[in-house]
Amino acid sequence: MHTADINIENITKIEGTAGLQVKIENDKVVDLKFLIKDYRRFYTETVKGKPLIAVPTFLSRICGTCSIAHLFASIEAIEKSQGIIPSSQTKLLRRLAYDGLVIRDHALHLYFFVLPDLLGIDSILDIPEDHDDKGHQLLHDSFDIKTVGSNLTTAIAGAIIHAPLPTIGGFLKMPDKSSFPKLIEELERIRPLILRGIDAFAKMPDTMIRNSDYLSLRNRDHFDFLEGEVVNSSGKVIPEEKFHEFLRSVVIPYSQAEGYVFSDTKDDYFVGALSRINLSKDILNEKTKTDAKEYLEMFPSDNIYHNNLAQAIEMLQCVDDAIEILMTLDLVEEKPAIFVPRAGVGVGVIEAPRGTLYHMAETDEKGIIVDYDVIVPTAQNQINIENDLKKYFEENLDKDEQTLKLEAEKIIRAYDPCMSCATNFLKIEWIRS
Amino acid sequence: MENKPKLKIGWFSFTCCEDSTILLTEMLNENLDAWKKVIDFRHFKALKTNNSITDLDVAFVEGAISSASQAEELVKIRNNSKYLVAIGACACTGQPSASRNALVPEEIDFKIAFYLCHFDYSKDVKKIDQFVKVDDMVIGCPMNKKTFLEVMDKYLKLFKIIF
Repeated sequence: MHTADINIENITKIEGTAGLQVKIENDKVVDLKFLIKDYRRFYTETVKGKPLIAVPTFLSRICGTCSIAHLFASIEAIEKSQGIIPSSQTKLLRRLAYDGLVIRDHALHLYFFVLPDLLGIDSILDIPEDHDDKGHQLLHDSFDIKTVGSNLTTAIAGAIIHAPLPTIGGFLKMPDKSSFPKLIEELERIRPLILRGIDAFAKMPDTMIRNSDYLSLRNRDHFDFLEGEVVNSSGKVIPEEKFHEFLRSVVIPYSQAEGYVFSDTKDDYFVGALSRINLSKDILNEKTKTDAKEYLEMFPSDNIYHNNLAQAIEMLQCVDDAIEILMTLDLVEEKPAIFVPRAGVGVGVIEAPRGTLYHMAETDEKGIIVDYDVIVPTAQNQINIENDLKKYFEENLDKDEQTLKLEAEKIIRAYDPCMSCATNFLKIEWIRS
Repeated sequence: MENKPKLKIGWFSFTCCEDSTILLTEMLNENLDAWKKVIDFRHFKALKTNNSITDLDVAFVEGAISSASQAEELVKIRNNSKYLVAIGACACTGQPSASRNALVPEEIDFKIAFYLCHFDYSKDVKKIDQFVKVDDMVIGCPMNKKTFLEVMDKYLKLFKIIF
């Protein structure tokens, strides 16, 4: 392919709308643009002037699929701004609800979006009605896995999307403890299905290796999506509240979202399941470590397709973590913490299913939001995605256009990008510079 | 079975958090096997690459309209569909995606202005019935599951796919 313009108007089987434009001249990629096309809603601007109590549920509307992640990051940021320390029971209930989110969200990505790539078909809609067919089995596994993840989140948080029960300082209503034995039984039931999925995604033949930095939250005691410090491959440890200082935002004029560079490294960096497993596989649940042992030996990995495998392993982690909590939690009736609003600044950093998510809230003395900032995983991965694609195209220009398009979409899908998230905030630093 | 008529539907998303899309993917856990027998998913970007918007019986549209190009796309969908159903709060009411409409001029500083000018944003975000005829609405944020099933059932019967 000497000279060509390759356009993918709409990349499919992802969350939201994105496109790709590649310009090839004389066997060289002279231009490549990963275009995030969702329109901004400017929620971090429109949230200013609102009382803090209204903010987490409003900002959960940033994203449909990981609304619980935005809800929890926002609650954490506001709690820190107000000096509220959630109870240990609240922390465990949040972990439970979050385990359910990760199980459901990863299963959606893996089985509905990536599975067709694994099977070499366009869509799960094309999977035959044949019970002996591998795709049929995996797809129907996913129905059970997603349902159980949703049941867990709903039991604790009240809904899987825009959950009504988590609030600043705790939960508006305690879960019904009598539902726990059934939840444990359901989680045990999907364990072998997830193990089958881990094996299937481990056998995905595709490889895309590039040397990126990896960055994620890491808890010192156990594998945790909600608490910890930000760490990277070279061992740098950054407290949550300092995370923002280590990022440099980059204007990408053709994209409706900014990219980010991590100041510690020369190259790009990746956030997501691959980072988490690369950096924290040693602190996974003991049962997960035992049953996923042979697959965990594949990490640390620089193969972007192993983000899929890492997500599958995280589903098992969340099942085992949730079972442990449900079996040991001695639930007591608790009301949300009572507080008098004050002026303050708080930062909430959590691991969204797609990677490190940052919320910053600043309030005045009446608890009115005066500033708010959000940095989402897909915006952070944007530069990495482009660099991967440039490498892929440069090394494969001998292939036909159809193959190039298909493979490019597969690489993008492996990142599990979310455009709804990526376009609903404004970063400030680039304007200042 | 293969030759039996199916309801030809399209699922479309404009400016929103796509929560109704996510809810629909959850509803597939229980309904996909049955729906595949009676529904032809002609356009469903979250699930397939080969999409078509021609000759649809029913178009389901979530999200509010942020730009002239989105409005144009919406009209194109309407012209290719016998019926159109607005899905979720943003499509039915514009909110919360339209919250930027409430920003007063002094709040539209250079940061926001950059995006508004750099891309083809309309002055206001609008609900979809400000551009096209809407035959049914499934309200909720995300859409109400029960109402959606009732609407789907209504069109399956209207097109004599089920009785």
